[in-house]
Amino acid sequence: MNRRPMFLISCLAFGFAFFYVPILSMIFFSFNKSRLATVWGGFSVQWYGKLFKNSQIIDAAVLSIEIALVSATIATILGAMAGIALARFRRFRGRTLFSGLVTAPLIMPEVITGISSLMLFILMAEWIGWPGKRGFTTVTIAHITFSMTYVTTIVQSRLSSADISVEEAAADLGSRPWQVLKDITLPIISPAILSGWLLAFTISLDDVVITNFTTGPGATTLPILVWSKVKLGVTPDINALATIIVVIVGAGVAAAGIIMHRTDKRREREVQLAIKANG
Amino acid sequence: MRSGAARWFNLNGWRDIIIAAPYAWLIAFFLIPFFIVIAMSFAVTAPTSPPFAFGDGFPWIDMRNFARLFGDWLYVRAYLTSVWNALIATVLCLLVGYPMALGLTRVSRSWRNILLMLVILPFWTSFLLRVYAWIGLMGANSWFNRGLTGLVNMVLPADMALRSIPMMNTNFAVVLVMVYSYLPFMILPLYANLEKLDQTLNEAAMDLGSRPWRVFLDVTLPLSVPGIIAGGLLVFIPASGELIIPSLVGSASDPMIGRVISDEFSSARDWPMASAVAVALLFMLVIPMMVYQRFEAKAQGEDAQ
Repeated sequence: MNRRPMFLISCLAFGFAFFYVPILSMIFFSFNKSRLATVWGGFSVQWYGKLFKNSQIIDAAVLSIEIALVSATIATILGAMAGIALARFRRFRGRTLFSGLVTAPLIMPEVITGISSLMLFILMAEWIGWPGKRGFTTVTIAHITFSMTYVTTIVQSRLSSADISVEEAAADLGSRPWQVLKDITLPIISPAILSGWLLAFTISLDDVVITNFTTGPGATTLPILVWSKVKLGVTPDINALATIIVVIVGAGVAAAGIIMHRTDKRREREVQLAIKANG
Repeated sequence: MRSGAARWFNLNGWRDIIIAAPYAWLIAFFLIPFFIVIAMSFAVTAPTSPPFAFGDGFPWIDMRNFARLFGDWLYVRAYLTSVWNALIATVLCLLVGYPMALGLTRVSRSWRNILLMLVILPFWTSFLLRVYAWIGLMGANSWFNRGLTGLVNMVLPADMALRSIPMMNTNFAVVLVMVYSYLPFMILPLYANLEKLDQTLNEAAMDLGSRPWRVFLDVTLPLSVPGIIAGGLLVFIPASGELIIPSLVGSASDPMIGRVISDEFSSARDWPMASAVAVALLFMLVIPMMVYQRFEAKAQGEDAQ
């Protein structure tokens, strides 16, 4: 096709405007002097100052990060185990139920996951006396449950696209199955484990609905705090908070993109050098 | 003793642990809660703590909640509103997302990487803050609402001129914000599908004299049906059970089902009714969910080959 697809290019332009105008508007109004969040009253950075002095917001952010670190780490371990089991152990008892259990949390509406976890925790407290109060532990457990299945999906698809013959060769050369797993399979899935951890971390950090049901008094995460503030209306300090988050995430995604781009380029160059050397 | 444990681990134990640990976790914290919801939907609310009771005689099943569910127009209407909003959001995502995904396959490689990153970026920022951004835009005093009101007033006769457009707390707002939030879920699977299509098929059709529009209808569109189905389900399923968006920008008098479940549970403290509404929602979603699961299984199988 030598004709430039003008229609498609304008659709892209419109689409990206739709994506970014609300975000840019939010960033713009975070520098607003006026208390009114959407009427311009002059430039000021006062909301950023107020944000860093607000101990409620800082505490909530710290709690969110703690929960996300713990839940992402455990979710990655359990999720990677499930991914290895599904991709490499062809037959075991209860495999069908297991693969169903791994996909179901991905498509279960969050409200239902939320109320069912809360009912479980309340009934458990009633019957076995644990958990005594809801908070860090219950939220972390609920986050692990739904984020581990994302890790499983990533690890499983990495393993099913990887060449199994390397693992078979190691086994033929006398490695024990456990050694094959440790020395061959784990290195193969290490990029999947890293991206799975990042995804689990982000999901936990961002979750509102499931946290809202499983948390208790005294354990307010950042999204829950923002949620309760937003219900009351738009405030400029939330604009400032949003701007900080967008800048951090933007820098992270851009850095990841640049690293991936460089690795791609290097690999291409190496492939070409190899072809030249052999030709 | 220690060597016995080590031998067990090296022989088969490691394999059992890898299966059993995630399996046990999911049974304890996903399957059992799921069964609690189903059992709860057949109970009735009671002034006890926890607030429910089962029927007296065997099999302890009470169908009162389900009778209320289908007898009360409020619940039926909430289901219809949810399906309708989710369906419109899905169609709009497709209409906006398809040309974007197709456009992404036509730009140069370096542009493509940057643009794909820009599609994913909002997805990594907070969901809540993306909804919040629209609350700011839709308010009566915002530049967006004023601009839109100005545009509308240009076509309206002077005596019907509006002061602002009432956007907040309507189903229009819910659909708009859902399209905004779920658009990446439509674009990414569509792009993955369209990128794999064989360009030579397009060129062959062009060489044989087809116009671009016909090439699209006869070649590209039929081949992209798997991408459309995957993207559509990824938007429709979460959208129909959505809670945050209808709670923040939706209408309180015409609620979506996610909000009804949450209100029954938290405000009315009626666990059995909330569970019955949840079970009915799952029944409604079971067909799209099964289609999606079969689709995923097929895609995984193809990847493995």
